[in-house]
Amino acid sequence: MKAFVICRRELRSYFGSIIAYALLAVFLLLSGYFFYSDLIFFILFGGYVLPTGLWQYVFMDMRLCALLVLPLVTMRLFAEEKKLGTIELMWTYPVSDGAIVMGKFLAAWIFFLIMLLPTLLNPLVFYRFYHFDIGPLAAAYLGIFLLGTAFIACGIFVSSLTENQVVSAMVTYGILVFFWFVTWNEEVAQQQIVRALLRLSLFDHFFNFSRGVIDTRDIVYFALFVGFFLFLTVQSLSARAWRGVN
Amino acid sequence: MIEAEGLTKQFGAFTAISDVSFAVGRGEIVGFLGPNGAGKSTTMRILAGVFPPTRGRAVVAGYDVVTEAQHARGVVGYFPERIALYTDMTVGSYLSYVAEMKGVARSDSRQQQPELLHTCGLAHMAHRLIGTLSKGYRQRVGIAQALVGSPRVLILDEPTSGLDPEQVAELRSLIRSLRGDRTVILSTHILSEVEATCDHVIIINKGRVLAVDTPHNLNQRLRRTSQIYIEVVGPAAAISDRLRAIPGVLQVERADQAIHVDDANALSVSTEKDRDLRTVIAAAIAAGGWALRELRPVALSLEDIFLAMVAETGQPAATDESIRHLPA
Repeated sequence: MKAFVICRRELRSYFGSIIAYALLAVFLLLSGYFFYSDLIFFILFGGYVLPTGLWQYVFMDMRLCALLVLPLVTMRLFAEEKKLGTIELMWTYPVSDGAIVMGKFLAAWIFFLIMLLPTLLNPLVFYRFYHFDIGPLAAAYLGIFLLGTAFIACGIFVSSLTENQVVSAMVTYGILVFFWFVTWNEEVAQQQIVRALLRLSLFDHFFNFSRGVIDTRDIVYFALFVGFFLFLTVQSLSARAWRGVN
Repeated sequence: MIEAEGLTKQFGAFTAISDVSFAVGRGEIVGFLGPNGAGKSTTMRILAGVFPPTRGRAVVAGYDVVTEAQHARGVVGYFPERIALYTDMTVGSYLSYVAEMKGVARSDSRQQQPELLHTCGLAHMAHRLIGTLSKGYRQRVGIAQALVGSPRVLILDEPTSGLDPEQVAELRSLIRSLRGDRTVILSTHILSEVEATCDHVIIINKGRVLAVDTPHNLNQRLRRTSQIYIEVVGPAAAISDRLRAIPGVLQVERADQAIHVDDANALSVSTEKDRDLRTVIAAAIAAGGWALRELRPVALSLEDIFLAMVAETGQPAATDESIRHLPA
């Protein structure tokens, strides 16, 4: 599979530069601090129910860390190759645009998993002192995993539109933050179009997961979100037919 | 091996190439000649599968570059005009990556790589990061990349640009050594390159094919007079008069390319086409008692051919007509 060849090259490129380690460090430090402070809060204010008292806060915070870091992971995927011109050779190898997108997506996705894995240490240490029910925690991890996947799909699409990495990251932030903020003033939103947008909000679909509830509607939503943006990315690559290479 | 039929490519309102048709036989080395912006790169990109043509059809080794894109790309090695490589990889690992992308079996790739590195003069560079290589070496990595998997068709877009003269010579002999099984299209705006390496020339200007022929035939077709270059020691006026008196000599003028170091005259003698007057001229000079230092026939350079072609078909309206009676 050519997608794996691309994925391997991308991962090697990530870990061959300082960026990967900087992003990892920031993500782990922030999420570690959030876990610590949320745990203290839970204990000090006498929480009883772990899913709504602790996990929900931990994962709502981890969501922010992912929002901060993932657009920086995806920004270079196509933008850099377009800027350098390396994408042109890629198009002359016997590999489909779909495989190219899958390879890049897979690389960012594995990077995200590598980012997520060490955060398991926090609850693991906690488990040594207090044997909690693992189910809700697993659900929350599934949620953050799906949410991050959606961020990545969106980021890859934006990266395919530009050759400027900063623009790529900024626009991704713009789109993701809009999907987040759009629900904040729910009561004010009267127009049909805004009401429709509300239902599309990424973060609302994450909320159930963070409390330990797995709803298939949320899973379907994320799957559609990811599929939609990957489809758009493939379309965006084929735009070279009328836009040219440069 | 390569057939292009009425290739047209438009980017918005801009027409990069228009109705480009040509055919390249198996094992041929064909030069794609034209000034910058003539549409060379666009044509080559279509053949290499970078993007499809707006209209027309291109077939490479029997595969349509649009409907059988994956197969067509599989038999083509491409060297882009602006060679861009992953600077964070070593030469060796980059070529392994390219082999995987082209679907070359890992054992084959491992076997072929040392030879490939050697052919491209990269044998001692396998472990160097591409980012640390000089322009010339990057160019070689680009050529090596195109050769990975021994593709039957090579499409090289200005492969010698940016190289020093020695490297250009090496690259030309490398390209010539590929003659035989491989079909090569190489583009250039340097005319001597085509004369040095190519069996056929495709001349393209403003997105249209002006001529497809061998360098020799083009020379014959566009030549209106024969030129002879002579250097004579003696009085210029008297020599010129003497030569003009010879039947068949059309014109005698001072050759501007000569460097005058002494009293020798460098003259360019135009004679009637296909009439060899060299012995007559030599005899006339000897009879005048002057010293003949050099005498040689001047072949029309491709540069002259190209300028003549463009001048002949310079007007867009005239271009259409001239294409029709050109051999395709």
